[in-house]
This record gives sequence, C-alpha cells and structure tokens, in this order.
Amino acid sequence: MSPQPNIKTLVIDGKEVSATEDQTILQVARENGIEIPTICSLEGLSPVGACRLCLVEVKGSPKLFPACVTSVTEGMEVTTTSDRLARYRRRILELLFAERNHICSVCVANNHCDLQAMAKDLGMSHVRFPYMYPALEVDASHARFTMDHNRCILCSRCVRVCDQIEGAHTWDIMGRGIESRVITDLNQSWGSSDSCTSCGKCVQVCPTGALSEKGKSVAEMSKRRQFVPYLNLMREELQ
Amino acid sequence: MSFLDLDQRLLSLAVQAELVYSPLVDIKEFPKGVDVALVEGAVSSTEDLEKIKNVRARTKILVALGDCAVTSNVPSMRNPFGCEAICQRAYLENTVNPLVPSQVVPALLPQARPIHEFVKVDVFVQGCPPSSDAIYQTLSEILEGRPPILAPQTRFG
Repeated sequence: MSPQPNIKTLVIDGKEVSATEDQTILQVARENGIEIPTICSLEGLSPVGACRLCLVEVKGSPKLFPACVTSVTEGMEVTTTSDRLARYRRRILELLFAERNHICSVCVANNHCDLQAMAKDLGMSHVRFPYMYPALEVDASHARFTMDHNRCILCSRCVRVCDQIEGAHTWDIMGRGIESRVITDLNQSWGSSDSCTSCGKCVQVCPTGALSEKGKSVAEMSKRRQFVPYLNLMREELQ
Repeated sequence: MSFLDLDQRLLSLAVQAELVYSPLVDIKEFPKGVDVALVEGAVSSTEDLEKIKNVRARTKILVALGDCAVTSNVPSMRNPFGCEAICQRAYLENTVNPLVPSQVVPALLPQARPIHEFVKVDVFVQGCPPSSDAIYQTLSEILEGRPPILAPQTRFG
C-alpha cells in the first residue's frame, strides 16, 4: 500500500484551494487559474527560484516568498498581487535589463522573447537604473548554435535542461554576483566541448535570444518548449 | 517614418498643434515656451547633451520617442568598447585617409545613454519604431490634457 499524500487547504488571493503537501504555491496557483509571473520556471524542469519574479506575500511574515520553490502549508494565506509586489516585479525586470546589453530591435528573439513579453505585461515603460553596458562575448564556435552573453539573464534553464533532460550537463554557471557567467564544460568554447550532444534543447528553452540557432536573422528565433514535459512523461513511462 | 504613417490623422493634429521647431526646418534656435517636444535618439555626443538640456528647459512636456531615446538601443552598442576603439576602427583602420575628426564634428561622450539619465522625461514611447497608433495615442492624449498610458500597446523592439 503506497502512502496517500497529505491534502492541505490554503487561501490564495482570497480563494480557498486544496493541494497535496508536496506542491509549491506556484503549482497550486496555476492549477486554480491564478497567474504569477515567472521567467526562470519552466514546466518539466526543476524549479530554482533564480529570477525572483514569482515573489508572493504570505500572511504572518514580513518576508516575500518565491512561489516556485515554496511548499504549501496548511492554512497558508497567500497574496499574489499587491502594490508592493508590483513595485518589486518591475524593479527586478529593470535590473535585468540594466545588467547586460538587451537591444530588442536587432535581436533574433525580438517578438519571441520572455523578457520582452514580461516587460510589456508588467507595463515597464523605461529602466530607472543606470545601464551597465558590460563588455560580453558572443560564442559562435559551435557548428549549429550561438551563445550571446549580452542577452543572458542567468535563468539557468539551459543548465537544468541539459542536466535533467539530456543528461549531458554541458552548461553550468561560473562566478558570483555580477561576474556570473554561463559556461560550457570547463569554461571552454562551446565548439570544443566534449560533452555537448548538439541536441539543441538549451536553445529551445532559453527565454531570450542568448542561445539561438545559426542562420536565424532578426526576430526569426521562435522557440518550441512543449517537448519538455512530454520527454519527462516518456521517461517515467520507461521506468 | 512611423510619424508620417499617421496618414490622414496628421491633418486633424495639424489644426490642433503648431509646429515651432524641427531639425528639418530653417529655425536655428529652439524656441522658449514649447508645450510638447518629441525627442528621438540617444544622447551620444556633447552636442546632443547641450541640445537636450536646452530642450528640457524650454519645454513643458518632453516625450522620449522610440527605443533609442528610451533605452539607447543601437547607439549604445558602442558603449562596451569605448570611444578610442570605436574611432580607431571607424576612422583609422580600413580608410583611405586615416584621420579622427576633431573640428566641427562634436566630440563623442564616453557612452551613448538614454535621455532620462540626463533630464526628466515626462512620457516614454517604446518601439523601434513606435507604431503610428502609439504615436497618435500619445499625441491625442496629451492634446486632451491627460497623461498618456501606453503600457499594453507598446513594447521594445
């Protein structure tokens, strides 16, 4: 007899919902049609709480909690929209734009970009932080794909999909804070990587134009992400 | 160009507004007491900086029109490299008569930056270019005396 998962009841935005104890606030919210903005979260990949856009308020604590990695507890009262949260979400986005060089008009992902779409949805009119304009490289050494660090927001979706779905773990993150970079293998050019299988999953899950297919011009890099939960399902079937 | 795409709506705007300055007409000096100024482009040279400060001092409502004005967009692509490397590539390498211009041509600022980093901007119109609908909405809202809210209709790029 397998143990039954515990059912918890909680309140999200005044709505009473039920969940199993292993679920996160984000999962429960989405099941009940409540939208919380996210960028680093992708269905089929483990959640990591990197982007902090999904921060929500929980009654009884002055802290904010990332909904994608916070488990539900019995009687929790969650608020997903408020002036405070709206302010923080916009600030997070502005910091993302100011950190690197995001020039939408000439980007392959123009009109297909999660960062751009989020700025539109959250009504971000301009960036109130001074732009940093760091000098970052483009790695075009791979035969089929390009990595442009100017467009990377360190969401780590590429790292997770390559590790969890493909199993090659070619991508990882090196450095701390503002010096963080996504790297291939032992910080070498992508073209010289021994582990990369050229499957292209990283390109498909990348939310911006950082990872793209060669031969795509401005605004041509549309991505397909539906495969991720499907592959997970097929793997579970095999086991 | 996007502004011209307003087509017949330009006529209805023309009766409500008087055009007092443009870089394309003969007036040399930006006049005082301007109600609305539509500014495009990033602040990239010492001349741009002088101009924008002057425009801000003499204008009631300053509109940053387009991605270059709002985010510095493509002009900012030179920023990570620095003026010296840029001038070297543009004027000294691959040219028949290598010479970095220093007379008449205004000096480059170290970085091309958006307008709001220098002066207060009242309205931001995103887009590269902003759609003619967004421009029309901005102008008609301002003419009605309301602050334009463009959020769902505009985006970068």
